[in-house]
Amino acid sequence: MFTPAAKAMAEKLGLKKGRANLEEFADTLQALATADRNLVAVTSDSRGSGKLAPYGKALPQQIVEVGIAEQNLVGITAGLAACGKRAFGVSPSCFLTARSLEQIKNDICYSNVPAVLVGISSGVSYGALGSTHHSLHDLAALRAIHNVTIVVPADNFETREAIRFAASATRPVFVRFGKAAMHHLHSADSKFEAGKALVLREGRDVAFIANGETVVHALLAAGALAEQGISARVLSLHTVKPLDTAAVLAAGRECRAVITVEEHSVHGGVGEAVAATLLQARAGVPFKIVGFPDEDTVTGAQADIFRHYGISMEGLAATARSLL
Amino acid sequence: MQSVVKDRPMLSDHQLALKAVALRRRMLRLIHDAGAGHTGGGLSCLDILNVLYHRVLRVTPGTVDSPTRDRYVQSKGHCVEALYAVLSARGYFPEADLATVCRYQSPYVGHPTRKIRGVEMNTGALGHGLPICLGMALASKMDGDAFRVFTLLGDGELAEGSNWEAAMAAAHYNLDNLVAILDHNTLQITGHTRDVMSNEPLDAKWRAFGWEVRIVDGHDYAALTAALTAPHPGKPLFVIANTVKGKGVSFMENVGKWHHGVPSDAELAQALAELDAAEVKVERVALNALSSGAIQASALGSTRSTSKS
Repeated sequence: MFTPAAKAMAEKLGLKKGRANLEEFADTLQALATADRNLVAVTSDSRGSGKLAPYGKALPQQIVEVGIAEQNLVGITAGLAACGKRAFGVSPSCFLTARSLEQIKNDICYSNVPAVLVGISSGVSYGALGSTHHSLHDLAALRAIHNVTIVVPADNFETREAIRFAASATRPVFVRFGKAAMHHLHSADSKFEAGKALVLREGRDVAFIANGETVVHALLAAGALAEQGISARVLSLHTVKPLDTAAVLAAGRECRAVITVEEHSVHGGVGEAVAATLLQARAGVPFKIVGFPDEDTVTGAQADIFRHYGISMEGLAATARSLL
Repeated sequence: MQSVVKDRPMLSDHQLALKAVALRRRMLRLIHDAGAGHTGGGLSCLDILNVLYHRVLRVTPGTVDSPTRDRYVQSKGHCVEALYAVLSARGYFPEADLATVCRYQSPYVGHPTRKIRGVEMNTGALGHGLPICLGMALASKMDGDAFRVFTLLGDGELAEGSNWEAAMAAAHYNLDNLVAILDHNTLQITGHTRDVMSNEPLDAKWRAFGWEVRIVDGHDYAALTAALTAPHPGKPLFVIANTVKGKGVSFMENVGKWHHGVPSDAELAQALAELDAAEVKVERVALNALSSGAIQASALGSTRSTSKS
């Protein structure tokens, strides 16, 4: 996944390897469902991809299989939630947020039922499978829909907390994550609150505002920049909506440059959300959105694609130097 | 005879016939005053709603927040004026509220929303009601078959593929607490459904998908009541209600332009005159039946003043 230099930096920063957020999600959901028989998972032939086979075996009365039918999945999830069930619709984000966007908009968000949608294998987790299986549009699509909290967790801790938050939310929640093993980014005393960015590293020269599986690369880049005398702040902006505007503005006002990093199109994602926040508060600074350009996305393993688009320790450090 | 049985009022056929006239008046005035609405489809589904809310659904304004109430989701959300007419007549909200339909900042928008008491889900984009109802029916099953779930579909709406995803899944889960009613008026905005996108044979299609299918006259209270109340063990129920678009107003019946045509002052007056005549006819039929001894007075129900609204 990392270049040898990035691997060395991860060791230097003491980052320990965890497991896939997907696995953390599946275990967290099963634990919640075991404690709450009102919790129901809804899958579209996706219990395997969602690592929910053990859940399905242990709690067969609390899982609904809808077959390969994402529109139906979202409608059913909405109906369950409207009748008091704690419903989690789980499906690959590429299909969930495109095929059934109208169901998300109307049946869940507009109807305001407390359903949870979980977009698995998001971004370019299925990088080699081509654009059909990429979800680089999902944040843009859902950001433009009223009444949904959007969470993109960076590591196992954030994933666990995001799912726990979603299980007790009174309004719609969308959580999306990938399937690669993640590094632990947080200390034991970290506190997760939806809508509040987590500061992983303080710094004053440049701020990386990242989320999801890109955050670790920003953290490594901050380590590399420190060796060159550049101090970089790293924020995990796990909640895309509502946006933590205070943390964003603090970054814009206290640092000399801001770089956003996301596993998403440069259109409509975190970068544009942060840019709008900064500009409208007259807190404009040298600024760069690192994400997926508007082009036919290259294919390959997620790590290869990340490197291709500069989402790597080396790429992000270079971007930072170019802005300062 | 008017009574409440397990959270539903039970009106006689005679009372329903008078209600139907009153609801049509209310709906037409509402569309006229709002300057917008779906007149033809509203008139075609109104008798179905009349039977649902006065005989079938175990829900009243007093039990509308009960977790075990029956659910009704109007998938053909564009016919919201018919729903507003019925819900206001049932006392879910004051009739005076209808003066605000489609006005600036009114919660009474041109499609159903949960902001309105008695409305279960926000609908209006077609092909959404059945999947939602499937989720509701599954929730009911998980809670020990606590309630029944009903949706009303339009026939043009059946071109939406999501209906067929849900049709497959409902039979897979043997949802015998789920009822989909088709307002089969055979006309959609562009013209006849068979010309726009043919969907027949509907009975064979839904049976092939594993549903119990019943075909009724969608303006026949007794037939609708029987179809909607008889059990259908192990299978979801699809009721093909054969209806007339624009039913009850001669110049609107089966005329495509009334899909969302709004009556002028003169057209409203003419329609209301026809409804007055229809009401007189309902009364005359009842009196004739009484005087000939064909029915007892009790069969008419106790309330004779339900028609004015």
